[in-house]
Amino acid sequence: MKAKGKVFKYKDNVDTDVIIPARYLNTSDPKELAQHCMEDIDQEFVKKVKKGDIIVANKNFGCGSSREHAPIAIKVSGISCVIASTFARIFYRNAINIGLPILECEEAAKKMEAGDQLEVDFDTGTIHNITKGESYQAEPFPAFMQEIIKADGLISYIREKVN
Amino acid sequence: MGMTMTQKILAAHAGLKEVKAGQLIEANLDLVLGNDITTPVAVKEFEKIGVSKVFDKDKVAIVPDHFTPNKDIKAAEQCQCIRKFAHQKEITNYFEVGEMGIEHALLPEKGLVVPGDVVIGADSHTCTYGALGAFSTGIGSTDMAAGMATGKCWFKVPTALKFVLKGKPMPWVSGKDIILHIIGMIGVDGALYKSMEFVGDGITDLSMDDRFTMANMAIEAGGKNGIFPVDEKTLEYVKAHSKKDYTIYEADEDAEYEKVYEIDVSTLRPTVAFPHLPENTHTIDEVGDIKIDQVVIGSCTNGRLEDLRMAAKILKGKKVAKGVRTIVFPATQKIYLDAMREGLLEIFVEAGVAVSTPTCGPCLGGHMGILAKGERAVATTNRNFVGRMGHPESEVYLASPAVAAASAITGKITSPEEIV
Repeated sequence: MKAKGKVFKYKDNVDTDVIIPARYLNTSDPKELAQHCMEDIDQEFVKKVKKGDIIVANKNFGCGSSREHAPIAIKVSGISCVIASTFARIFYRNAINIGLPILECEEAAKKMEAGDQLEVDFDTGTIHNITKGESYQAEPFPAFMQEIIKADGLISYIREKVN
Repeated sequence: MGMTMTQKILAAHAGLKEVKAGQLIEANLDLVLGNDITTPVAVKEFEKIGVSKVFDKDKVAIVPDHFTPNKDIKAAEQCQCIRKFAHQKEITNYFEVGEMGIEHALLPEKGLVVPGDVVIGADSHTCTYGALGAFSTGIGSTDMAAGMATGKCWFKVPTALKFVLKGKPMPWVSGKDIILHIIGMIGVDGALYKSMEFVGDGITDLSMDDRFTMANMAIEAGGKNGIFPVDEKTLEYVKAHSKKDYTIYEADEDAEYEKVYEIDVSTLRPTVAFPHLPENTHTIDEVGDIKIDQVVIGSCTNGRLEDLRMAAKILKGKKVAKGVRTIVFPATQKIYLDAMREGLLEIFVEAGVAVSTPTCGPCLGGHMGILAKGERAVATTNRNFVGRMGHPESEVYLASPAVAAASAITGKITSPEEIV
């Protein structure tokens, strides 16, 4: 599985309140949520994002609330992958559970800039920066999480087990 | 190698004699929790799994506390969705407005969590129950759905940070000040993926309400959970609130910790976290002249009876500054009733404070106290991110109930020492 797109770059501690502000949480409709994705940190995001684009951030991406609406809004906005130095733990779980690919890679987070064109190979964890002509290597997922991803998220994984 | 308290609880719930940090396990759950924001998403996911019942109707708790009493039509529809689900699945612990309270104050009060339990909740502040010597952690809606269907959840066994507290806090220094001090010290990702274990003589003097506040904010340091050993105070609380069987787990003497911090709580000062991160802490002596527009006293962090007593002690016989909207939210109906019987609500109303029914409302910028552009609030809540309480250009300063009440009187961030 591969993703290709341009980079939206953010800093440390991007919290779930800026990813999807609570004032929009009176709905769980993914399309409605996606219309407000990143609104309080980057009002241009929704206007500019194209299918396949990639969010890159520094440490502790997705900190704060447990709202799954955050990775859902990112995924439905068209983002194919989030790369960060580190992820907050609940966001990390939620992203895997809903099938939003994420990669932890400090080198990539530091070197990439907004607008860079990237190609990401999820099977190998290789991130290729087409603009800069550089490659970075992310840690692949543990085998157990790969099973969940292969089953297309936690619900399908559980469904196979209980039925 | 010995195990930490958290590791022991997880091992027992996974049916294993021993677990090691980094190991992936599947643990049996004692309780699965959701609220009116996260449960609607979980209901959709639950339907996809294709089971007709929840794993145990007594071990699921659903608390519509965020946008309730329903703030608008969409919120009403979300609540309707979870009410129907709770009814269909015969969920024992569904709490409607009127008996509802803020989930993390309500569940311990109703005796639904006891020492040794493993609890997951689709709310990040589920870590609160660590105060009772339970393992509890926040997860998302999909994990909630899977937990309701199977009664199980996968975990990566965490490493731990140990916080050894010594000494007795000075007057006006509470659990809130201690946890803000700790978050200021280690940062908002200082405990990322890790347990925070609070131990030492210094916790003996902390009330259960102080411990709930501290465990509640473990997530603000990125922690997977925060946990306290079980002592006489814990058992007194548990016996007064619950009939459930409990198990006391203790960390092994040779348990491994990534880092040990020693904190002399007698040296701590009332502490305030400035916008826009809980780690931006300053002692009250360093605050300077910061004028405010609103004060919020309440939330899953600081809406318990002791918090209200503290605020009332400062506000008694005084008036809040003109133009400072001050709102008190007792966290549960029981706390509301107790505060009424003790005369605390009378003190608040006479001081010019609005007293609300329990709701998470303003803490997350939902309703009941939203900030306009450029406004500032002092709040006893847990987060001060950009736009957390309203407009993206508003500001939230996190503090204890004592500092919040003192600030309401003067209209600027103030030490309680200046008032009483």
